[in-house]
Amino acid sequence: MAIWCGALAIDRWRLGEGCAAGEGADAQPLALIADTAHGPRITAANRAGVQSGACAGMMLADARALCPQLAVRPADPAGDLAFLESLALWAQRWGPWSAIDPPDGILVDTTDAAHLFGGEAAMLADAQRLLARRGLSARAAMAPTAGAAWALAHHGPDGALLLASDEDMASRLAALPAAALRLDDDVLVLLRRLGLKRLGDLTGIGRDALARRFRTRRSPAANPLTRLDQLLGSVPEPLLPVIGVAAPMVQRRLAEPIRHRALLDRVLADLARDMARLLEAQGQGARRLELGLWKVDGEVLVRRLEMAAAARDPAHVCRLFAARLDDLDAGFGIELARLRAPWTEPLVMAQAELDAAAERHGTSLAACIDRLTVRLGADAVRRPLPHASHLPERAQRWCPPLMAQPGAQETLDFHARPLKLLDRAEPIAVIYEAPGGLPRLFRWRGHVHEIARAEGPERIAPEWWREKSTVRLRDYYRIEDSTGRRYWIYRHGLAGDGRGGAPEWFLQGLAP
Amino acid sequence: MPTSTASTALPPGLGMPARTARWRPGLAATCHHTEVFASSAEASGAGLALALAIDALRAAAADPAADVPDERAWLWVQDKAALRLSGRPYRPGLPATLRHRLIHVAADKPEDALFALEEGLRCRDLAFVIGEIAGNPRALNFTASRRLSLAAEKHGVPLWLVRLDARRDLGSARMRWDAAPAPSQPPRWNPQAPGAPSWAAGLFRAHTFQPGQWILRDDGLVPHGRPHGKLVAELVSGPNASPPDHGDLVRRAGDRPLAAG
Repeated sequence: MAIWCGALAIDRWRLGEGCAAGEGADAQPLALIADTAHGPRITAANRAGVQSGACAGMMLADARALCPQLAVRPADPAGDLAFLESLALWAQRWGPWSAIDPPDGILVDTTDAAHLFGGEAAMLADAQRLLARRGLSARAAMAPTAGAAWALAHHGPDGALLLASDEDMASRLAALPAAALRLDDDVLVLLRRLGLKRLGDLTGIGRDALARRFRTRRSPAANPLTRLDQLLGSVPEPLLPVIGVAAPMVQRRLAEPIRHRALLDRVLADLARDMARLLEAQGQGARRLELGLWKVDGEVLVRRLEMAAAARDPAHVCRLFAARLDDLDAGFGIELARLRAPWTEPLVMAQAELDAAAERHGTSLAACIDRLTVRLGADAVRRPLPHASHLPERAQRWCPPLMAQPGAQETLDFHARPLKLLDRAEPIAVIYEAPGGLPRLFRWRGHVHEIARAEGPERIAPEWWREKSTVRLRDYYRIEDSTGRRYWIYRHGLAGDGRGGAPEWFLQGLAP
Repeated sequence: MPTSTASTALPPGLGMPARTARWRPGLAATCHHTEVFASSAEASGAGLALALAIDALRAAAADPAADVPDERAWLWVQDKAALRLSGRPYRPGLPATLRHRLIHVAADKPEDALFALEEGLRCRDLAFVIGEIAGNPRALNFTASRRLSLAAEKHGVPLWLVRLDARRDLGSARMRWDAAPAPSQPPRWNPQAPGAPSWAAGLFRAHTFQPGQWILRDDGLVPHGRPHGKLVAELVSGPNASPPDHGDLVRRAGDRPLAAG
């Protein structure tokens, strides 16, 4: 459904004056003017003004020459647009979505909503009746597409109704002028010069010829073919809907008018708490707050507050308002207090209390591991659990940190083990080997170590049931060098075991 | 107690009576942030930190009649360089009372290691936290160290931070140890074998104790050691023997004598 308020500016002025059409101040010729670089220019004129010669776009001086008694008022395009927006929201009574069509139209998506009003014709009649009751001179039309409804509202008969079940849409709309396509002025002039004045003329000639002549694809308003397709519904036309956002508001009616500051602070604290709850439910925080206080004698006191960032903390709001309430004159008392948040911004929930508790009492182990795992990854936080293997590097297995220890038999702590194990055993270069088979001097990481005391060997055979037969055994020694550094080294293999060349030495563990 | 040498080395205004105490094993931990400087080519730093942690844990157990043993977990945080240089904790080599309670964190970067340390210090369910960070990463500046100190003191979780191959830069640790290995005493039954761990430990900066040099032995640290073995200290040089070294107060001046220029 398209609604076209052809005389929106004049209607607004008339409603502001409080007079009916053609009566009172509206009976005299009047024009709304806007100041331009070349002097005042008329933007709209009422019926008497149009009859006396004034029309939109005319210079005021020319109109005054025709009609010296022409009254003027300044135009208010911003107010018109705001009125149109509120009218679009009001028009959502006929459909869930409505879009404004500047400067003076509204489009309402009434798909599947007509049966609530008793059919399309009844809905259209309802719209015309309600618009007339508001004192607006508006024309409404309904059609299967927004473009067709717009064309009918602007250029068709009043109350035009085009149903999808009707006969061919193109033939019904063929009599409308080319301006019904919502084209730019220069395109309209071009079409008029080409002799294409009606929609039927456009469909009469070949589509290829029009496509060659109008190549602009970027703006639909510059391409009659695109507009024609939108009109007939073969190309979708998205509308930008108007969505009403209600400012969160809380209020308290007071049984007894309050005159003292302490009571007002209490009321304000209650209001701020209610507002915080309301905003929290919406996931919003207030940027601007308005506190309105209605006094017994009818006067209203308003205090506004603007915040640097979206906030809803009641204590914060109360503290900010406290400074603004000092110069308040309660008079005979305040009977209604209302807090509005005209400007809100999304503000995510913050677990302030939980965090503060963690700050005071420390986190639990699970929470600590959660935090560590989230940042470092699950593989970084682990605990060692014993594993049934006698190979040193397989005797422990890294598991999730809170995993329960599996039942295992008591380990035999007969052999000492180092405190730390290198991920890969590092080879050591034996400089001088003692006759017993143990090195006397060896080099590791560039430093020469002289073995002072040693215990071993502790022979650890490979796990033959899971490894190849060529894997060599290891002879482990606990050693301490001349400066007291204690290591765990092993000889990989035996001389003449038939599984490789001369045995090599490795350093695997570091003892405390 | 003659405090003449200490008083000449100290700036005026620091509480002298509090400083006159001499550190010994078995004192309840009054400081919650301790740094141990050690070389990465041996496990003496981690070993000393662990021995001190166990010692403090034993001293802090106030109620001897408590029938539930302390089963709180403990955290061992290593950054990647420390992990590569000095290896991973090895469960069979840990003391029997601690090995089943270990939670190990392998952090990629020193920043992550510091984050893990701080989160661990904030956790009320941890007995203590051991950190191992190699070198002097840019992230471990005085501010980060101060953050760790404050977190440890606020939540009462002690932190032993092992600094591998690190310069003695500015830090807010209340006690700073220097750990080096010392030849162990020969075991009774096999004099040719390495004995219980021993370290030449130097307390070169402390808030409430006099600096000194000790030979520390802990025969409870090795798994097959005596079950009630504890940390034993043998004073090598105390405040009488050598003046305390306060050189670490100045960046880059710590590792060499100030007179060396």
